[in-house]
Amino acid sequence: MRGVLMAGFALFCSGFFLSCNLIQGTGVKTFVEEPFPDNLSEWRLFVKGGASLKPNQNVIPYDLNTPLFSDYAEKHRAVWIPEGSSATYSENEPFDFPVGTVIAKTFAFPSQENDGNEKLVETRLLVRAKSGWVALPYIWNEEQTDATLEVVGGTREVPVKNSAGVWEKIRYNIPNTNECAQCHAQSKIMLPIGPKARNLNRNYPFSTGPENQLVYWTKIGYLSGAPSPDKAPRAAVWNDPSTGSLNDRARAYLDNNCAHCHQASGSAGYTGFLLDLNERNARRLGYCKNPNSAGFSGDLLYDLVPGNPDESILIYRMLSTRPKEMMPEIGRSIIHPEGIELIRQWVASLEGECE
Amino acid sequence: MRESRSSELVCLMCLITVLFTACVAPQETNGLVSSLAPGDVTTKLQEELIKAKPGAVIELPEGKFSFDKTLSLTVDNVTIRGKGMDKTVLSFSGQKAGSAGMLVKAGDFLIEDVGIEDAAGDALKIDGGTNITIRRVRVEWTGGPKTTNGPYGLYPVTCKNVLIEDSVAIAASDAGIYVGQSDQVVIRRNRAEKNVAAIEIENTKNADVYENNVSDNTGGIMVFNLPDLPVQGGGNVRVYNNRIIGNNNPNFAPKGQVVYNLATGTGMLIMAVRNVEVFNNEIRDNNSANINIVSYLSASSAEEIKNPNFYPYVNSIYVHDNRISGGGKDPDSRLPKWQALAQATGKPLGDIIYDGIVEPVNGKPGAVADARVCLRNNGEITFLNFDGAGGFKKMSRDSKPHDCSIPALAAISLPQTAGTSEKSGGGM
Repeated sequence: MRGVLMAGFALFCSGFFLSCNLIQGTGVKTFVEEPFPDNLSEWRLFVKGGASLKPNQNVIPYDLNTPLFSDYAEKHRAVWIPEGSSATYSENEPFDFPVGTVIAKTFAFPSQENDGNEKLVETRLLVRAKSGWVALPYIWNEEQTDATLEVVGGTREVPVKNSAGVWEKIRYNIPNTNECAQCHAQSKIMLPIGPKARNLNRNYPFSTGPENQLVYWTKIGYLSGAPSPDKAPRAAVWNDPSTGSLNDRARAYLDNNCAHCHQASGSAGYTGFLLDLNERNARRLGYCKNPNSAGFSGDLLYDLVPGNPDESILIYRMLSTRPKEMMPEIGRSIIHPEGIELIRQWVASLEGECE
Repeated sequence: MRESRSSELVCLMCLITVLFTACVAPQETNGLVSSLAPGDVTTKLQEELIKAKPGAVIELPEGKFSFDKTLSLTVDNVTIRGKGMDKTVLSFSGQKAGSAGMLVKAGDFLIEDVGIEDAAGDALKIDGGTNITIRRVRVEWTGGPKTTNGPYGLYPVTCKNVLIEDSVAIAASDAGIYVGQSDQVVIRRNRAEKNVAAIEIENTKNADVYENNVSDNTGGIMVFNLPDLPVQGGGNVRVYNNRIIGNNNPNFAPKGQVVYNLATGTGMLIMAVRNVEVFNNEIRDNNSANINIVSYLSASSAEEIKNPNFYPYVNSIYVHDNRISGGGKDPDSRLPKWQALAQATGKPLGDIIYDGIVEPVNGKPGAVADARVCLRNNGEITFLNFDGAGGFKKMSRDSKPHDCSIPALAAISLPQTAGTSEKSGGGM
């Protein structure tokens, strides 16, 4: 009898899962091994699509102090952890999440015609499967009713308002699963990037009121072992001077825009040019460092020339959109002038000289 | 009777196999062989690479197939097989995203009989894999030498057990065949032309480079270490039975690249490395020098020499039994250092030139013999010690201080080449 009812629901719900989940009142369904669902709706992470993507029960939205720039996409992050388990705190590394965890990042672009209304493009799931983390890119349909698993990714023309306030159409790249790994693999093991103590240590406007995310996650049983926020590291907010010095903000920006590859175990570790927040060695940070085998660098000699942004390959590559030389290699199709300005100011403020 | 029955059975199985293959094969991997139809390569190859299971063999048909972003593979034990380096061509001339043409982050990887053309950046980059085989692969920038060409052609980095054989690399703006920060490498029977550097062995241990044809590049075969890379201590490299002839193509590397400072007309560069054996090669008509043996001091600033993990000198270099002639006739006048050197010496500069910089012993200058740069039985060569440390003041054409020998280095044997007969080493 129950089966018949469920089947009825399934029929009724097909193509209209959003309100359906509400009717069924079911929570998130996780998948920890192949085959993973073809439709995002099967995870039941969201109860409403389109302009107002609403997380299902126990799906906790979160923000990072300083995010990765992704062509001005709006990013909606959320995490769900199976009941009875929790992530383990780490001071510097991504938290250790239990099997079944689902981290969702939805990318949306504002609508040009209807400023304020956004259109969902893709939802990337990072799932802690039995075998380890798995990246699953789902692309939203035109009707905004569901998203489909596309391991090969895709491209979409999307409108963005550039820093001058002018709308332009860009060719937005939806990564395939290998491209996911390009940033998420550390020593070839897939890991989350964002959910680290230093990125999460900030307030979030929860429905119950603003609260520090580390405190909130601990309170609801999502996180164990976290110290009080004042004892946990906190990255600066790149564009908020009240949160840190120029150096703090620039290093936070580099940490989240470059260091997923440019750290010892990252895919650019072999370059010896390392930008994670805890790197202290000047040469590894690029000071007067010849890139050796990095390819195109605009006739410039060093990754970073203290006091001289225009002579620094770091800036040159942030300014480029040519595939052969742009940095990051993937994840953006336009430049981020505000971020570049921050890094320019930082490089200009550094002391020292290259021979 | 029995025979006929069994043949019937075989026939039936044939039929089943044929039917099954015809219906299913184009998309099926199943750890076995999948063949892509010509119409599917552009649209389906990336998906095949993502969905491949270990053991998969992906067969590509004849034809030229275009891709607008990097093709990538992260699954171990995958084979990509085309119909020939000029018949199955992956073209990246319209590349809009990603730097590499093909990017492999996996082990037990084999690619053969494929051409890769006009990548935005590196043509075939393989990062961090063990047991890598590249066989009969052509990487080429089809517009010929251009500063805007991608830097590296065949590009394994931080790999172990690398075999590159019977392949072709043309017009890379840095190195046609580049092996970096790797261990256990065999590069044999390849052809490299019109690259800035033909073959580079950089920060790499235990390599055999033999029977390659290296002509018409800016420089031929480079064996060296650079500072500020995580893997240091490259060395134990044998270069033998190669033809390194007339590498005088003007340097077209972008300014800022290390190889921008490579003198046009360099047959071999041996820099900042220990234990290199060069024998039985034909090295001739390279206009700056047939072989240039230098410390990193000649190339860069003192600051980098202080890096404690980096050995900037040359030591235990044995060049013997080569056929060497016609080197240094027209040294590169583009680089001030070479211009000054040519002015100080006159032409020809020499077949084998050496900066004479020896690692200091207890803070005092080391003796020439300490460096063990040994040259023997290379025919009637011209030699020059150009006194790199002293600003060309005590130059010498006397090669007698280098009349010494060094025990032969061992041959490299790879899992991929096990069972095939290896040429025996040189040595004494």
